[in-house]
Amino acid sequence: MSQLTRDEVAHLADLARIDLDDAELDHLAPQLNVILEAVASISGVAGDDVPPTSHPIPLTNVFREDVVRPSLSAEQALSGAPEVEEQRFRVPRILGDEQ
Amino acid sequence: MSEIITKTAAELADLLAAGETTSVEVTQAHLDRIAAVDGDAASGVHAFLHVDAEGALAQAAESDARRAAGEARHLLDGVPIAVKDVLATQGLPTTCGSKILEGWVPPYDATVVGKIKAAGLPILGKTNMDEFAMGSSTEHSAYGPTRNPWDQTRIPGGSGGGSAAAVAAFEAPLALGTDTGGSIRQPGAVTGTVGVKPTYGGVSRYGLVALANSLDQVGPVTRTVLDSALLHELIGGHDPLDSTSVDTPVGGFVEAARKGAAGDLSGLRVGVIKELAGDGWQPGVMQRFAETVDLLKELGAEVTEVSCPTFVHAMATYYLILPAECSSNLAKFDAMRYGLRVVPEGDPSAEAVMKATRDAGFGDEVKRRIMIGTYALSSGYYDAYYGQAQKVRTLISRDFAAAFEDVDVLVSPTSPTTAFPLGDKLDDPLAMYLQDLATIPANLAGVPGISVPAGLADEDGLPVGFQVLAPALADDRLYRVGAAVEAALTSRWGGPILAKAPTLEGPR
Repeated sequence: MSQLTRDEVAHLADLARIDLDDAELDHLAPQLNVILEAVASISGVAGDDVPPTSHPIPLTNVFREDVVRPSLSAEQALSGAPEVEEQRFRVPRILGDEQ
Repeated sequence: MSEIITKTAAELADLLAAGETTSVEVTQAHLDRIAAVDGDAASGVHAFLHVDAEGALAQAAESDARRAAGEARHLLDGVPIAVKDVLATQGLPTTCGSKILEGWVPPYDATVVGKIKAAGLPILGKTNMDEFAMGSSTEHSAYGPTRNPWDQTRIPGGSGGGSAAAVAAFEAPLALGTDTGGSIRQPGAVTGTVGVKPTYGGVSRYGLVALANSLDQVGPVTRTVLDSALLHELIGGHDPLDSTSVDTPVGGFVEAARKGAAGDLSGLRVGVIKELAGDGWQPGVMQRFAETVDLLKELGAEVTEVSCPTFVHAMATYYLILPAECSSNLAKFDAMRYGLRVVPEGDPSAEAVMKATRDAGFGDEVKRRIMIGTYALSSGYYDAYYGQAQKVRTLISRDFAAAFEDVDVLVSPTSPTTAFPLGDKLDDPLAMYLQDLATIPANLAGVPGISVPAGLADEDGLPVGFQVLAPALADDRLYRVGAAVEAALTSRWGGPILAKAPTLEGPR
């Protein structure tokens, strides 16, 4: 499998919403390649006939009665918020400059 | 060192029941020990990120009042405990070893925390860990490393190095840990303590800040097998708040531990995993392991070698599945609802705030894994990486299933090496990942495992761990075999392994 370029690592960081500076890119990009090279060893280990496992135990959907149960108060839910306004999470502007 | 802190949790429970000590006395003795040896980021064991002396003593006083009124809630009522900082504790900080959660106080308790509170165990504090449980050395904690009580220049294992070091340094008789790829068992191995990863779904994950949902499991961290059994029975069982919780009665662990300690393993079929040996395995580790296998034979077990051919691919499989799941899980740290918010200059958008916050709040290992996961899940690479890893995961489960047709338990060394010096593998992720070679397969297949001390390696005098694995939901076998090994070795050594650990000096 191919090596990641520095630009590709920058793109991944962008997708993962992490603002890496140049020094971090220089530091992390080669390490990611070493890891990817190692994990690529599983290529071809399992044939097409092997089903994938997403969970170690079989899962079934879990239901409960549709009744009101105790839950967090608004104050509790907001207790860790960086900013609160009118009992709501206050967030930075969500539209970009071009919208 | 006060004598009371060297007691096991089971002994403390007996003393409390007999009225020969009080929870306040026991809790205070552990708080004094923490004050004497735990230190801080710069020196000392540094097992704790947060100590709640006031809260623990208040809970201890309530426990004593209950005991006096004949209303003890549980055998362990009044026995103090430490909790890994990845479990939500209402009213106590929960940082997961990350700057992004610095100062966060959860508004609710994890189910396991609720259970230990309901049973009356005073919570001493929250223990140090690799950031979001990513690591095998606790050096990836944003708050400084934990140091191994056997040699403070060495790692205590990880990610749960704090919990393991806390019980090894007699700062707590019991601790809760979590194990995603070995984070309970490997720290147990390198600190000369006992750690159990229960069957996946055997203990609730509600309120455990998820690293990888399909791999994470909460479990006991203790100095003896019986103490792990007692704690496991307390925290285990079905929880409707966890959709992966197994709806099967949990129990029989204490009984199995007592039976095992009697020392008769006749009829037990033990398989030695052929693939977990060879290059990279420290000779002193292999020597103690081989002796312990011989010991099992002396106790009546029938030992054979078994092959689990796909285990050689377990590490690569794990380091695709785990990053994929964690990159998705950690997307919730977006600077909007809780945790750190870093606002760049000007009038930044939410996205710019998010990126700046995640850059400032996450450490290198977290960034590496999030980006590997993002890559493995991206279109065009999904089938080659994540899809293939999920298939190999099936093959690893099949290896276990085939092996357990012929044997009752599988055994291996817990970790390929003893504790290595702090800093040795910090910038070599792959070398760090190799620490989990023997522990990862159990998480991928969801089967339970235990690590018990097997002695000290000749070359460095540091603890070696012996791992026992059992089929899903047969956790009782871990306790039977673990207790048998512990009883026989303890009698051979003339006392517990921690009696050989150096006396801890207080921080400089």
